[in-house]
Amino acid sequence: MARKESRPEVSRRKFLAGVAVAGAAASATTAKAATPGTTAADVKRLPSALPPTAHQIAAETGVPKDMPHLAGKPGSDFMVDVIKSLKIEYVYSNPASSFRGLHESLINYGKNSMPEFITCTHEENSVAMAHGYAKVTGRPQMVLCHGTVGLQHATMAIYNAWCDRAPVVVVGGNDLDAAKRPPGVPTFHSAQDINAIVRDFTKWDDTPVSLQHFAQSFVRAYKYASTPPYEPVAISLDAGIQDAPVDDPTLYIPRYTPSAPPHADLNALRETAKLLVNAEHPVIVADKMARTADGMKYLIELAELLQVPVVDNHGRMNFPNTHHLDGNAQLIRDADLILGLEVSDFWNTVNAYIDNGDEHGHGNRQSRLRPGNNTKLITISSVELLTKSNYQDFQRYQPVDIAMVGDAQASLPALIEAVRSAIPNDRKAAYEKRGEAYKKAHQQARERNKQAATLAWDASPISTARICAEVWAQIKGLDWSLNTMPGGMSGWPRRLWTMDKHYHHFGGSGGSGLGYDLPASVGVAHANKALGRFTVSLQRDGDFMYSPGAVWTAAHHQIPMLTVMHNNRGYHQEVMHVQRLSNRRNRVASLGNTSGPIGTSIEAPDVDYAGMAKSMGWWSAGPIKDPKELASTLKRAVEVVKSGQPALVDTWTQPR
Amino acid sequence: MRIGSAHVWLVAFAAGLVFAQGAVAADAGNGQTAFMKYGCWQCHGTVGQGGVTGPKLAPDPIPLEAMSAFIRSSNRQMPPYREQVLPNEDLADIHAYLSSIPKPPDYKTIPILNN
Repeated sequence: MARKESRPEVSRRKFLAGVAVAGAAASATTAKAATPGTTAADVKRLPSALPPTAHQIAAETGVPKDMPHLAGKPGSDFMVDVIKSLKIEYVYSNPASSFRGLHESLINYGKNSMPEFITCTHEENSVAMAHGYAKVTGRPQMVLCHGTVGLQHATMAIYNAWCDRAPVVVVGGNDLDAAKRPPGVPTFHSAQDINAIVRDFTKWDDTPVSLQHFAQSFVRAYKYASTPPYEPVAISLDAGIQDAPVDDPTLYIPRYTPSAPPHADLNALRETAKLLVNAEHPVIVADKMARTADGMKYLIELAELLQVPVVDNHGRMNFPNTHHLDGNAQLIRDADLILGLEVSDFWNTVNAYIDNGDEHGHGNRQSRLRPGNNTKLITISSVELLTKSNYQDFQRYQPVDIAMVGDAQASLPALIEAVRSAIPNDRKAAYEKRGEAYKKAHQQARERNKQAATLAWDASPISTARICAEVWAQIKGLDWSLNTMPGGMSGWPRRLWTMDKHYHHFGGSGGSGLGYDLPASVGVAHANKALGRFTVSLQRDGDFMYSPGAVWTAAHHQIPMLTVMHNNRGYHQEVMHVQRLSNRRNRVASLGNTSGPIGTSIEAPDVDYAGMAKSMGWWSAGPIKDPKELASTLKRAVEVVKSGQPALVDTWTQPR
Repeated sequence: MRIGSAHVWLVAFAAGLVFAQGAVAADAGNGQTAFMKYGCWQCHGTVGQGGVTGPKLAPDPIPLEAMSAFIRSSNRQMPPYREQVLPNEDLADIHAYLSSIPKPPDYKTIPILNN
């Protein structure tokens, strides 16, 4: 029963009916007054179009009677009280009639503050902005959308948030009562169960049928989203409840109490410590581990205790690239122990997949581990707490020696203590020797990276190394955050920049659904604005084209950020896929009138990204094709961003 | 990029590349066009600098014979280019193009790489 039988003094339907009756009455009067003034000459001068009817004239000029006011407080005001109790800062939303009651309450009753309404041009943007914001702050924000068409727009972004373990509270408007909802569009936009479409990739959802139910479910949703593993949640928002008066004196807002993160089993941690301290070539692999600065701090402590190298898969910024124990995936081969921390794809960490057409076209799979090493595999991950079946984000099953279900960051302090207790005195010299070797290797790798950056240094299109070096030269003195795809631009930021704070990078989209980078960067920048941090994004062109309206949102809400376009004029992953298949089938890939295989290029015409950004209120420049123009242009762009405005520099780049 | 044809001849000769039609006069200009046409640039960059998707090819490419053997029979991520897709003449031209690419500067001479 979604709608209470006791209706407010003036319900939404009665309000609409009242307007109709008043309009009809006024139109009759107006029409009567107008007719006597019409002369025969007037009739002759009439244009071929028909004169307005009395109803049309009334609609233009008639004044409806004063509307009686709703008695008492509307239900949506109480909803705002619930939302405010959780100190949610922002509602990212594209406006829609199915939540007009709550919308009105948010901006008038709630004074558009805590939360503030952020106008978005696409629901996919709304979710991605909340996703980006949450990765900076750790706090879920609210997304308000139509429960049908809006939620359908939002689904890909919700899937990204799910795969990326990002907390977002999605609220979808709906009108459950078929006997009372308006016909036509509002009924097209209603459903029995709006959350069904996202149930496979949300942590929890509910359809409250009363205000008290809403209060309980909203606080519960916020709590579940905020408990590691973070995930999106969904709440259906019924129109009838929004409009219903608050007439229940027993209504209350449940108190929110944060839940402690799940912790790995202590005995398993002690066993892990014993194996770690005795391993000759241990390696730590970290992926979506560091939720906060503490995650990086604990990982440094653990790595330094035993001088164990860390392979950062960049799902989050887990480990400083300046640290001598910052390793690379080549260390996997010789490892005799691998400890995975919130690794999304452990199978792929210890196995290689080669897309070469072997095994009946499925590609070759082989272990990365050296035969005979008998490598011990250990994981700490909270992903097993997310038991969904349909979507395959849990990846291929990898047998391991010790599997711990728990949040890795929360479990590291106990593991560190267990390691301290387990270290034999006679191993300390071996650890120091190991550390010295990694110091030398790390220094050599940094030198190699710098020399590799010189390749194609003056090329046009501009090399990704050159762009990253030029951007770094402009931002290195600032307190900055980067939002870009991990490994994007051939990983040059990681190879050239000093990245030693957990907010220097936030990982990728999670589900690799395009249309994330741009709006998520706006969300990151939105959060960074309050923290006084400079936000830079290296923006893929194909991603930008999905929903460029996010640019307008940044300008409208004065969110400063520097966007440097990685404009390689194609969907480059697909460029290579089609080329690979063409070769495998002994065919020359057909290019049409573009440089990549037909269907993979964004050329002819070239997109004017600077023009697009300028049209939506940004400072912009480009396209820049000569690398010598980069420094001066980027310098100007940085000054614009420091003044509080967004800026975009379009650069024509090498493919990767 | 420009390259003297004599130099390319020497490279091809030294590599022992003799095709069915006989020795081929490789042309770096044609090679650059072929490098783009056959999609080599997609993974290796337009001047063979390499990237996350493919290794560096230039400067100093591997000898033509070795490059040819790998390209014709690759069983890794790099798909094999067989002769019916990439003719021997174009392959030799591509090698000439890669051979023509000059060495980059020492990074120590570039101020922004020394911060």
